[in-house]
Amino acid sequence: MSAAELPATHYLNATHGLKSWLLTRDHKRIGLLYLLGVSFFFAIGGLFAALIRIELITPAGDVFQPDTYNRIFTTHGIMMVFFFLIPAIPAVLGNFLIPIMIGAKDLAFPRLNLLSWYIYMVGGAFSLYSLLHGGVDTGWTFYTPYSTAFSNTYVIATGLGIFINGFSGILTGINFIVTIHRMRAPGMTWFRLPLFVWGHYATSLIQVLGTPVLAITIVLLALERLFHLGIFDPARGGDPVLFQHLFWFYSHPAVYIMILPAMAVISEVIAAFARKRIFGYHFVAFASIGIAVLGFLVWGHHMFVSSQSVYAGTVFSVLTMLVAIPSAVKVFNWTATLFRGSVSFETPMVYAFCFLGLFAIGGLTGVFLGTLGLDVHVHDTYFVVAHFHYVMVGSTITAFLGGLHYWWPKIFGRMYSEFWGRLSAIVVFFGFNATFFPQFVAGYLGMPRRYHAYPEEFQALHVLSSGGSIVLGLGYLIPIVYLLYSIKWGKPAGDNPWGAIGLEWETTSPPPVENFAAPPVVEHEAYEYAERAERLGAAPTT
Amino acid sequence: MSNHIVPVRVYLLVFGALMVLTTVTVVVAYFDFGVLNNVIMLGIAAVKATLVVLYFMHVRYGTQLIPIVVGSSVLWLLILLAFTLADYFTRGWMGAGSSWL
Repeated sequence: MSAAELPATHYLNATHGLKSWLLTRDHKRIGLLYLLGVSFFFAIGGLFAALIRIELITPAGDVFQPDTYNRIFTTHGIMMVFFFLIPAIPAVLGNFLIPIMIGAKDLAFPRLNLLSWYIYMVGGAFSLYSLLHGGVDTGWTFYTPYSTAFSNTYVIATGLGIFINGFSGILTGINFIVTIHRMRAPGMTWFRLPLFVWGHYATSLIQVLGTPVLAITIVLLALERLFHLGIFDPARGGDPVLFQHLFWFYSHPAVYIMILPAMAVISEVIAAFARKRIFGYHFVAFASIGIAVLGFLVWGHHMFVSSQSVYAGTVFSVLTMLVAIPSAVKVFNWTATLFRGSVSFETPMVYAFCFLGLFAIGGLTGVFLGTLGLDVHVHDTYFVVAHFHYVMVGSTITAFLGGLHYWWPKIFGRMYSEFWGRLSAIVVFFGFNATFFPQFVAGYLGMPRRYHAYPEEFQALHVLSSGGSIVLGLGYLIPIVYLLYSIKWGKPAGDNPWGAIGLEWETTSPPPVENFAAPPVVEHEAYEYAERAERLGAAPTT
Repeated sequence: MSNHIVPVRVYLLVFGALMVLTTVTVVVAYFDFGVLNNVIMLGIAAVKATLVVLYFMHVRYGTQLIPIVVGSSVLWLLILLAFTLADYFTRGWMGAGSSWL
């Protein structure tokens, strides 16, 4: 790395003052605003996770009242799912990188982008206020008839926050789709797009097609609660399971809103640190679209033990197996990319390896749960809790942190401590497994989810899990310290600290307000590491 | 959007068609077609909606991408309805008299 200097003017110092941030239309600054937002909601969600783990250290429900415990896990779920996991990677890294990666000056609708952030913050604040001011005890899934006829908590107010927030996701999705269609630089054909962009394109499709259904579902829930219309009430000809159909039509694809951008990050990191073109580029690109489409056909696997017909359950079970195919295509293609690559182990790559391990476990246990007969046994146990934490937390947050470390020198122009970076990745990996692997065992043995008291035989596993969560929390805290430190005191990174290929590495770090000094023209495929090595006359990397 | 200018005559024809179809809806409501009642009503409504989308919302005149966007949103609605109904229509198949459940 050369002794680089930061450019004199860049997007961070081009204008000054709070107003220049709060009224910015620069996608890079909006990405950073989102980073502040998602970090805040992650901290809240994490705090409530800690409360759950404290309660579960002992078998007796001795810290919180049962009602309080219900409010705690509901707050944890709602904050994490709707206000952290769903927006984290697209709204922060996607916002920052998509225009740069395709050689554009900004997203197609910069004002709409800023509006998305404000909607997100208003929705989040609204939900948080109602959760803290009285709370909701339904779980993040708001199942009827409990949520409509029995729960005496702030269901509608919290739902309204989620309803508002949904528009933020829809607007961001529309913005990304239009940008990717209309704003690509000359020569940036569809199959020269980095896989990061493909992953976010698929994510945006889900957000635009799925989120309106969530909005409709929340409105129906509110109407039912307020006016007893009978949509979900059997006594009036309705059906509580209809709520589950509508809810999971959005909320199952929502899992892919979380995991597709994570996969998108991993494709970039693995190509960069294996110094190879991603094996089977087209397959990985289409696997993203495949996951997005198939993800809409499997929601009934959440409802095997509801009154859903066994025939429909069988169809959903078979379709669920199909999602494993594009997911496996990606994992195998990443592995094949590593084969005979020039692999190095910088912090982002360590995170990528953590992702591969955690996603493999999370994905394969998903196949268990998609199997109708087995799901009947482990439904609503800690096995399910462990599975979706492996996918949504283990995979998505690990990829988010990996991506943040990979592009951090581009975002702020300075490097963090490589030692602390690798250490925190390893701490996260061990902490995560210590927290959630015991939950697979406890769940399989019959520990139900959402209980604040449990039989003594589960205590060892719960103590292990709570102990692991301390390590995991520490793993999430360490990066905050050294990343913030690096913004001020880190060594200047230079334009391309990793020697990676991609338009984002051809501009300065941090980039200028317009992203590029001159509009770029693309003449090469994505990830053409072998060709570049030949051009430079260096020995081939294999 | 495209700047395609549609002759007023087309709008009037579509408006006329919508009025005629509305009249048909009212008229058929006086006859009982048994199980076909809902099919006929929904069929007429679908034709009317298609006319509105194609002509009044200019989907016919845009680039190819616009029909794809509109079509996929309809397809996704159909996915939601089809799989949900697949549950409701097959629930009765395994009634209380069923020996293996």
